[in-house]
This record gives sequence, C-alpha cells and structure tokens, in this order.
Amino acid sequence: MSKKMQITLTVNGETQELLAEPRELLIYVLRERLNITGPHVGCETSHCGACTVTMDGKSVKSCTVFAAQANGAEITTIEGIGSPDSLHVLQNAFREHHGLQCGFCTPGMITRATKLLEDNPNPTEEDVRFGMAGNLCRCTGYQNIVKSVLAAATELSAAKEAAE
Amino acid sequence: MIPAAFEYYRPESLQDALSLLQTHGDDARVMAGGHSLIPMMKLRMAEVPHLIDLQAIADLRGIRVDGDTVSIGAMVTQHEVIESTDLLRAAPILREAALQIADPQVRYMGTIGGNVANGDPGNDMPGIMQCLGAEFSLIGPDGTRTVAARNFFEAAYMTARTDEEILTRITFPAHAGGFAYEKQKRKIGDYATAAAAVLLTKEGGTCATASIAMTNLSDVPVWSEAAAAALDGTACDSGAIAKAMAAMDGDIDPGEDNRGPVAFKRHVAGITLSRAITRAWSRA
Repeated sequence: MSKKMQITLTVNGETQELLAEPRELLIYVLRERLNITGPHVGCETSHCGACTVTMDGKSVKSCTVFAAQANGAEITTIEGIGSPDSLHVLQNAFREHHGLQCGFCTPGMITRATKLLEDNPNPTEEDVRFGMAGNLCRCTGYQNIVKSVLAAATELSAAKEAAE
Repeated sequence: MIPAAFEYYRPESLQDALSLLQTHGDDARVMAGGHSLIPMMKLRMAEVPHLIDLQAIADLRGIRVDGDTVSIGAMVTQHEVIESTDLLRAAPILREAALQIADPQVRYMGTIGGNVANGDPGNDMPGIMQCLGAEFSLIGPDGTRTVAARNFFEAAYMTARTDEEILTRITFPAHAGGFAYEKQKRKIGDYATAAAAVLLTKEGGTCATASIAMTNLSDVPVWSEAAAAALDGTACDSGAIAKAMAAMDGDIDPGEDNRGPVAFKRHVAGITLSRAITRAWSRA
C-alpha cells in the first residue's frame, strides 16, 4: 500500500475531491468511488473502448490512466452527455438506428462519437469507421453504429445551420 | 488488474525530474503517455516504486519548424503529430505513420518520445526517425547530449539512453520529396507484421536520394543503406524495386511469433517495401 493522495477531478461539471492511491485506475475511481457507472470495464487492457471518457478534451480509455495522472483534469462521461429525460442527439440516433443490442459498449461508443463529431462535424462513412476504431462491439457488426453516428452528424449539422 | 503500489510525482521542470531520477535510482522511471508502461504495470511485468509523470513539463512539449529544421518535444502526442499543419509540410511521413498507430484514444495519450524511447521493436516511430536521419536530445545529470536515431537502438527495449537520462526532443531536417509509410498489420491497433518507411527525391526522372527503414523485422529498427542504394539513379521501376527488396531482405532478421513464421514475414516485408517505394515515387 502506498499512501493515498488527494485527487481533485471535475466530472460532468461537478468538482469531486477524494482520496485515492496513485495506482488506482481512473475507471475505478469513477465507478467505485464516485458511483459514476456509465463508463464500463470491458477488456481492461485499452483495446475495447467501453471505458472511454473525455479528459481535458481528449477521448481516453480510462482503464489506462492512473488516478494520480488524472488529478486536476476535467472529465466528461456518458452521464454528462445526456439523461433519460433528455437524450443527446447521438443517443437518440443509436436508438432509432438500432446502434446497440446488449448496450455494453454503447456509453463508450457515444462518448467517443461526441468527440469525433466535435472535431469533424461532417464525417464520411470512412471517417466514422476510422474515428471509432478504438471502440469494439461484439453484437452489432458495426453497420448500425456507423449509421447512427452518420445520422446524428446530419441532424446536428442541420440544427446548427438552422440556428445560424 | 491492479499494479503494484508506487509513489507518484509530477515535476514541473526537467531539473526536478532529473533529481527525482537520481534520488530513487533503479526504483524510478519516467512516464510519458503511459500507454506502454501502464499495461505492463497492470500485468506486474513492470514494477515502478517511484513513477515520474512528465505531463507537466512544458519544455517537453511543442512542435517547432525553423527553416529546414524540425524539432518535436518528447511529450508531443501522436494526435498532435496528426493535427500539425507545420509537420504536414515539413515531414508528411509522420502524419501518414501516426495515423497507422493504435486507435484514436491511444493516439491522444501516446507520445512520440515514448514511442522511440521505449525501444519496443514493434513501435513505428523508431524506424521513421532512422529514415529521417533524426537526432535525439537527452538530458542527464552531466548535461545534454544528442544521439543519432541510427545509433540509438541497441536491442529490444535497450537504447543508448541511460537510466538517469530523459529524452527531451527529436530533431531532423525537413524533407521535401516523395514519402510513404506502408504498414501491414492484422487489425487496427496492432503492431506491424512488417512496415516500411521510404523517403526519396527525384531529379531529371531518376532517384537522386533515398532512405529506407523497416519496422518490427529485427530486435531494432533496420535502416537499410543497401536497399536505398539500389534505387539511386534508377526510375524506381520494377527491376530497381526488386533489387531494393533483395537488399532489404539481407538486412532484416525477423523472428517467428504470433504474427507469423519467418518466411511469411520476409514475404510481407518485401511487399510493404515495394508498395512504399511505388507510393513515395508517385509523390516525388
């Protein structure tokens, strides 16, 4: 046991202070200390992307970030993207286009896709496939996930144009 | 997977990082993006009682293109390499290569310095840096020194960097001419079965200069002077490419592993080199 350190995180806009060992992984700090269980533990080896969160504007796999490394960071999880009463456009698109079956990978998929569309609001199908390559799904075969992200991109762009 | 306990440090200057390394000796290690080290720590194949996170050291950041000289801070991420318009002009091979490393999330964290300093034969940047003729700046208790990328890699995970030193910057001349990084891998995110970096210039319809390096086909990256020489003065036609492939084949030393037997790797190495030469020539 090493001694615990004071960690400050801003998660979904809320400041969180906690004590954690430096070796604790960000995914476990979120899930077990802060009870933010949207990001999932899939492979725990930085392959599957189920634990994807946005940290200081980067999509990262929170199973491969130490709590100590994240100290001071701003983090957005799926809980900060939409809620059951007010789904994000991406969440709605995944529902409409059957972009999920079991749903295990979905929080990571949508968290990654929000960042992808922020960086590239009008992606081609190839852009989506390449930009989502760090997220694995074992059910859908990806076709409907890609369809969902493209549909959300179209809707978000149309909404943005209407607002301008 | 829970790594062994460690003390964590986040120094804000190179001097502080160096003094931590000196204080803790073999028990200390620096970490860049952590995407090679953290998985090893989780498997307990690496134990690091004193972990020195380099993220807060401003001197290790930034991409500078000054005339013909390109300088990249060790903590520049693969994502930053991809996004840099300066690098796209000065050394477009880096963007082509970085896009073939891992996946988007890993590229946000993984750094160019970590990629070369770790000495993993599977990493892509070591060969590219040899191809570019890069120099690595190291800082240690006795000051700074530079080591050529072509002399840096000694064996798998063994480099010219000593345990008390930190890689700070990578410097190389800008490259105008044809370029290509061709990588064969089993799936997105995998290390190369074989990969080829090619830089060349064309004058009056023939190849004036060429540089060729191969990835993951030996314990260290392979900068093949013989393969490059086979292209000199040719129009990079199929005969010249065949000679370059044969010369390269004499320089690599692949081992059998779960990416395939030796004969297969030699075959894939030839194909990647042939494609890389063809693409680089078309851009020259």
